[in-house]
Amino acid sequence: MTNATDNTLDNDRLDTWMNRRLDELLPKKIAEIEASRTPSMSIIATKGTLDWAYPPFILASTAAALGWEVDMFFTFYGLLLLKKDLDAEVSPLGNPAMPMKMPFGPKWFQDYSWPMPNLLMAGVPGFEKLATGLMKKTFMNKGVATVEELRSLCLEADVRMVACQMTVDVFGFDNSDFIPEVTDYVGATSFLPVARKSDVCLFI
Amino acid sequence: MTAIAERLDARGMNCPLPILRTRKAINQLAAGQLLEVTATDPGSLKDMEAFCNQTGNRLLSSNEAGNCFIFLIEKA
Repeated sequence: MTNATDNTLDNDRLDTWMNRRLDELLPKKIAEIEASRTPSMSIIATKGTLDWAYPPFILASTAAALGWEVDMFFTFYGLLLLKKDLDAEVSPLGNPAMPMKMPFGPKWFQDYSWPMPNLLMAGVPGFEKLATGLMKKTFMNKGVATVEELRSLCLEADVRMVACQMTVDVFGFDNSDFIPEVTDYVGATSFLPVARKSDVCLFI
Repeated sequence: MTAIAERLDARGMNCPLPILRTRKAINQLAAGQLLEVTATDPGSLKDMEAFCNQTGNRLLSSNEAGNCFIFLIEKA
């Protein structure tokens, strides 16, 4: 009986001691583990227009520059961003918040947002080409890289790019339409485990 | 003071190019060597700080001169 009480006392003291030690040691240990770990990001790119091509490639290249591991999964219209000849265009139609900017003239003129009625954008042939040209020029003037440049910078920095096999089939693409750096043609089942382990996961 | 090993002219470049070029330039350096970056992107003030925090490289100084921002980075 006496022994049992002693043991309980010992256990209680041991627990108290261990808790105190853990409180002292754990934060440092966790910080050490955190510091030695490589952060990771996965991006699901689903849009193929010029305006939507920028965010995934800007984020991926920047993350790679920070030393993160980056995986990109291209599906639906996002597949167009993997094509050898990147010909992404921007459509002002149904893009109501898109400011129309002029890439030439004095600063006040360039900064002005031209109100473009949707009807005009929908009805005038060649309007998308015009809007695309204006956007590309404005981006160039502001020193922003082209989508092609950003994509090559991503590849240079070992960003992994995989394509969704199902949408490749659905849209009738051929693997030869895409850049050879595409590491794999897979399904959601293969990508989700990658996404699960990443610190940042974005659907764009 | 250690001499600057490499100078990067990132003037006129906009986000994220200054950071991407900085990363590239730093990769070419040996630990302890210095890189000087000149940029015009106002966002680079915060971005360069965040970049150095994330990558462990040391941002020795960050100055504004005229329309430019000048950063001195020591490779970790």
